[in-house]
Amino acid sequence: MLSLGSGGVKSTKPSFVSYVTPEEIKSEKDPSKQEKHPDLLPGEVEFCSANPILKYTQDDLSQRGVFGTLFCTNFRVTFISDERPQEKKAKTFKNKLYGENDIPLMCVDHIYGVYEEKRKPITGALVKNKYPSKMIIHCKDLRVFQFCLTYSKEEDARKIFQGIAHHCLEEKSLKCVFAFSYMGTPSPGTDLSSISLVDMYFVSAEKQRKQETIMFDSPEDWTWEMKRTKANCRLVIENENFELSQRLPKYFVIPLAIGDLFSYQGKGLPIWCWSHYSGCALFKASFLPVTQEDGDFQKHLDTMINAVAHNHLYSVKTEDLSESLPNIQDIQQSYNKFKQFFLIENSTDFWLSDVKWFSSLESSGWLDIIRQCLQKAVEVVECLEKDNTNVLITEEEGTDLCCVISSLAQIMLDPYYRTLMGFQSLVQKEWVAGCHAFLDRCNRLHLKDKECHSPVFLLFLECVWQLVQQHSPAFQFSETYLTVLSDSVHVPIFSTFLFNSAYHRENVMKAESPLAQSGPLSCPTVWDWSVQFDGKAQNFFFNPLYLEKVKHDRAVRKPHKPKHQRHLSLPSAAFKTPLKKGFFKEEADSLKKMLRVKRLSRWRGSPDAPAATTREFYESWQNRPLDYHGLLLPYLDGPAVRVWMQRYLRWIPEVYILGGGSMAVMTKLMELQNQVQDLKRVLEQRDPSQDAKLDHRPYLQQRLLSFDSSGRLSSSFPFAYTRSRNFKPSFPTALMQSLMLTDSLASQEDEVSSVVSFV
Amino acid sequence: MEKQQHSSGSESPVLPPVPRKPRSLGGVIPAPRQDSVDLPDSPTGSHVEWCKQLIAATISSQISGGSVPPEAITREYKVGKKIDFKVSRRTNLRQAFKDVRRQAPMDEVPLVPGETVKTTVKDVMYICPFTGAVTGTLTVTDYKLYFVSLERDAPYILDVNLGAISRLETISVQSLGENTSGMEIVCKDMRSQRFAYKKEEQSNLEILEVLTKYAFPLSNELSLFAFQYKEQFPEDGWKVYDPVSEYKRMGLPNESWTISKINSNYEVCDTYPALLVTPTSIKEDEIKRVASFRVKHRIPVLSWIHPETQATIVRCSQPMVGPTDRRCKEDEHYLQTIIDANAQSHKLTIFDARQSIVAENHKAKDGGFENENFYSNMDLNFLDIPNIHVMRESLRKLKEVVYPTIDEPHWHSAIDATHWLQYIRLLLAGAVKIADKVESSKSSVVVHCSDGWDRTAQLTSLSMLMLDSYYRTLRGFQVLLEKEWISFGHKFAARVGHGDENHANSERSPLFVQFIDCVWQMMRQFPTAFEFNELFLITILDHLYSCLFGTFLYNSEQERVENEVNSKTVSLWSYVNSQPEDFTNPFYVDYENHVLYPVASLRHLELWVGYYVRWNPRMRPQMPVHQNLKELLYLRAELQRKVEELQKEASSSHSISSSSEHAYSPSNGGTPLHTSV
Repeated sequence: MLSLGSGGVKSTKPSFVSYVTPEEIKSEKDPSKQEKHPDLLPGEVEFCSANPILKYTQDDLSQRGVFGTLFCTNFRVTFISDERPQEKKAKTFKNKLYGENDIPLMCVDHIYGVYEEKRKPITGALVKNKYPSKMIIHCKDLRVFQFCLTYSKEEDARKIFQGIAHHCLEEKSLKCVFAFSYMGTPSPGTDLSSISLVDMYFVSAEKQRKQETIMFDSPEDWTWEMKRTKANCRLVIENENFELSQRLPKYFVIPLAIGDLFSYQGKGLPIWCWSHYSGCALFKASFLPVTQEDGDFQKHLDTMINAVAHNHLYSVKTEDLSESLPNIQDIQQSYNKFKQFFLIENSTDFWLSDVKWFSSLESSGWLDIIRQCLQKAVEVVECLEKDNTNVLITEEEGTDLCCVISSLAQIMLDPYYRTLMGFQSLVQKEWVAGCHAFLDRCNRLHLKDKECHSPVFLLFLECVWQLVQQHSPAFQFSETYLTVLSDSVHVPIFSTFLFNSAYHRENVMKAESPLAQSGPLSCPTVWDWSVQFDGKAQNFFFNPLYLEKVKHDRAVRKPHKPKHQRHLSLPSAAFKTPLKKGFFKEEADSLKKMLRVKRLSRWRGSPDAPAATTREFYESWQNRPLDYHGLLLPYLDGPAVRVWMQRYLRWIPEVYILGGGSMAVMTKLMELQNQVQDLKRVLEQRDPSQDAKLDHRPYLQQRLLSFDSSGRLSSSFPFAYTRSRNFKPSFPTALMQSLMLTDSLASQEDEVSSVVSFV
Repeated sequence: MEKQQHSSGSESPVLPPVPRKPRSLGGVIPAPRQDSVDLPDSPTGSHVEWCKQLIAATISSQISGGSVPPEAITREYKVGKKIDFKVSRRTNLRQAFKDVRRQAPMDEVPLVPGETVKTTVKDVMYICPFTGAVTGTLTVTDYKLYFVSLERDAPYILDVNLGAISRLETISVQSLGENTSGMEIVCKDMRSQRFAYKKEEQSNLEILEVLTKYAFPLSNELSLFAFQYKEQFPEDGWKVYDPVSEYKRMGLPNESWTISKINSNYEVCDTYPALLVTPTSIKEDEIKRVASFRVKHRIPVLSWIHPETQATIVRCSQPMVGPTDRRCKEDEHYLQTIIDANAQSHKLTIFDARQSIVAENHKAKDGGFENENFYSNMDLNFLDIPNIHVMRESLRKLKEVVYPTIDEPHWHSAIDATHWLQYIRLLLAGAVKIADKVESSKSSVVVHCSDGWDRTAQLTSLSMLMLDSYYRTLRGFQVLLEKEWISFGHKFAARVGHGDENHANSERSPLFVQFIDCVWQMMRQFPTAFEFNELFLITILDHLYSCLFGTFLYNSEQERVENEVNSKTVSLWSYVNSQPEDFTNPFYVDYENHVLYPVASLRHLELWVGYYVRWNPRMRPQMPVHQNLKELLYLRAELQRKVEELQKEASSSHSISSSSEHAYSPSNGGTPLHTSV
């Protein structure tokens, strides 16, 4: 029994205990067990499998484990336990596509192999060599899996290892992505917003529109958005067939004053993002190709800026994000450091890293990048809200940090984007239709070119999370929603995150459709949440603290004109007073100077240092009462920017708080809402005349959890479940090692008197 | 419902008659002193008013409380006016605060009953680290320092309890001109203020003198302000803790444990309370011999007993083992008796809070720790918690990091360098170990450090908070403090230095602050498990320093009895329990017998911004976060009431339609508030 570890591999950890020995498995190998197979999704194909594989159990990080079979399919790596499934507790929050033992291939971040107790990252070269005794998989959603391969037949083990490594790490073509094989039937109500709450609302077309996700793939969507924000711009339909540019959306909106569309393949065109109620607007643009030094180029640039300025009061501020914010490689590097703190393989590592937690957090720089982005967005908001100036943000491609900053500014300014549907529409507008290169940035195809990978979209979600946790009642969606969205990016089924641009999407979809034998490609968008979660689980997406807009001002909705903002707005700065024409000329002159350095660089109309005015703007906002349906700014001081605990700590059992965490509050709130609903219904039944007074809040159809159960849920709910019965508190090890004080204080006596008495 | 009372006479020539504003916490406090004549200057309920102002001042107005436009108040509650009385405290405070400004000239100083103005100086400049210098009037009373400036559009008020002052210094303010003197006030509550004033005027010269005199009354042969304070509350906080009934709640005495009166004259141990719970079978003379073996005679006594398993938490000081490893048969027998009292386990775990090296060093000084060879069936655990000097230094560093400004890019490493949170983590980890031993292993534990009044109190009270849900209620927590901290002789006077000018005294240490911080961390991890809220904890800490209440004065029960604290001063709990709704957590769910194990990982610990960084206006929340929840709670109460009414009416008459109108009317016409209070 002692020489269990076959294949010449020493059992690495002496504390290893398994529930079942391999011998036992062999002896009781009955046919039924052999035929254990994963429930395949439509279109999913099994590649290879191996048995028995030991999966180390996550929830006590000692070397215990469960035996089972490991499969690799064209969608995921999955592990099926040999043990009888424990009493099937119906999970409240179950993902229909993948379970706790499934790893979508795209979700695999890194694979490590343990070779003779040495842990090495698996790369192409290593795959061909001997397979490791232990395989460690780090996932992009921060789960960590550890499989011991030494118990199964050598060829099986090799096959499964090479299979997984190949499908997860090797460069592949887009066609191999599971989305192109997925045959999921479109859900019954293809209505993209098939969330049960819709019917609760009102019927007017305008309202109806607000209850669905706007895809921004039709001229109507853009027209509607322009109408909503009272924008005075021009809808461009000339790019319908991508004749103008393949990097631009199919439809987009530009300032009225632009006549010539077709020079420089649409590069440098100011794309409209959003209009402030004052009339000024936010635009984004990519750089013009820098090689051309001719007069045409400068003239073109002038025209573009002129056009933006024309939009409102001849004023414009431009901001080159590539100069003032970290570039995408910095972001990638910082995130790589940051995520390591959460990819925990064992308890000892965890507690060791805990001691220097705050310093290491800082050294990763991730929170600082978040702060910088939020800060930049606040500056943009200041220009729009206080100075009523048009803003043009630029960047090399105009589809990375431009998306982050413009979306953040819109969330801060426009309460519509703080609703669930509004937020989804915003992602569609700025990111999906806006041609963010999801495919390249997420490294879907494992291309060797590391330059273009960067978690830009995640950075955006992180920034939104900061706003959500600081101003919870302003948001209709919950942090759970954001966490799930950040996971969904790595589920290779949704068309939303699969392409680099609108052109790319259309091109691939067109090409693929005839090939797929059974009709057109059925790629759901991620917003069809019913693909992943049932209605009950979707309730977790809603924030019970959300303060809905008071209903009585139902008349005409003027979202951008909360009354108090008007007269509280600060006096506008320099821009408004000077003579319009002369003034702009000056700006244009200074612009020409800028152009000698070939790029637009930042300048400001206001004489004060930018930081100072922003601070003033911020403080004046802070001194006003907070209107959750008005302007919302983030707190940025040191302690205000935090780690997104739910996302990053949810798989680490050491930090589960049994009976605690924010979920405890949510549960209480949901319970309370249900009680209120029930009482209202009782009243309604008793007295039908009153029903006009009743409900404004959407009724949560199902009871989520019973009240007293909150004591047994842990902070990781709804993601990971703790078995509360054998819950043991975890104690830090390595408490003081790095803290050992050589200080004279430490050896000093507690009591002066006792020293005296001794002397 | 509201009382508009004007004080007619004015005792002090300095003050014009103070018009009194309506009390917005209507109905909370009956007006007991409408006819009181002893202090014409102090109106009914002025303390409540004052406290609200204090909080309002700290929370919302250090910069410019006045810039809140009137809509702010109306906008915040949608359910109706009634809700603001019941739930939205902060709004209330703001409103109250605004009322002050509207109705009374700003240069008047609100006084608590018993407080008198000592000096007033005009044209003093306060150099605010956040918003720059402002000029105004500075008033010093025997209780507080009060600065008002009317220079800006919004009146600017600064209010500092003299008790919070740690030291006063003159500073150089050359830049402001030759004739200007500067003064810096360094406070115990993480802030400092700088003032500049003209030298020439006679009255100005004495300001520092007056301030010194009343900030450090004990060093100047005066009594603490708590003995002057004359407010009366409907609740008597001194009745909150009664040791006998608290022990009875735990099921004591029982066959193994008895409530002993051996220390009723504080003869066995002068720092212990009069009543002690000791093993029944131990005789008095044995106890006395054990006492002589324990430092400061702090013998092992019961702090808490598990209601089911009879496992106990026992506290004491270190044994006087000395360099020769002395033994004491009685002490060994005593601990064996503690093991025998618990049928579930034949083991005893001793938690020594110190680092093992330190404990070893104590042997040379006649202290030490239990030798496992002599004490059979015992496990000795060191919890590695550094001493009071390390903690004092850590908090000092913390202040440098958070006040006045925060270095954003280096915030985390700066916090790391203070080690404050690492120590919090150590304490929590230690308490979790103790709680787990008692709960899971069902074994009794003995906790001590050196003297058994600092780290021991922190550890026992934290683990009791984890084990016993009673201590997580508003009343229960008061009992816990009264018992484990106050009666068992945590040396509050020495650790805080009430009224004492020797700021460099090495006896001072923020151990109690650290404990409250741990409680706050637990509250953050278990947001629904505590009946009280953050404001309650902050209030406790503010009055730890303020010397307004007698609760935290003196070092031991004996001293408190000698100085007649209970009859001559007011208890903090009188104030708290007279308006409990301000201090309750709307999310509270009684978990009952649920044991809480907070996670002692830095990933889940956070700096308590609401306390340490609260002076920084940029860190202040603009809106009570739980407004929405409170509305919901209110809505539920309202609906429940309606349903009940309807049911009642339905049973009395069958006509529903006629009843509905009647049932509906009260909610529209502003429900009387008393129902909810």
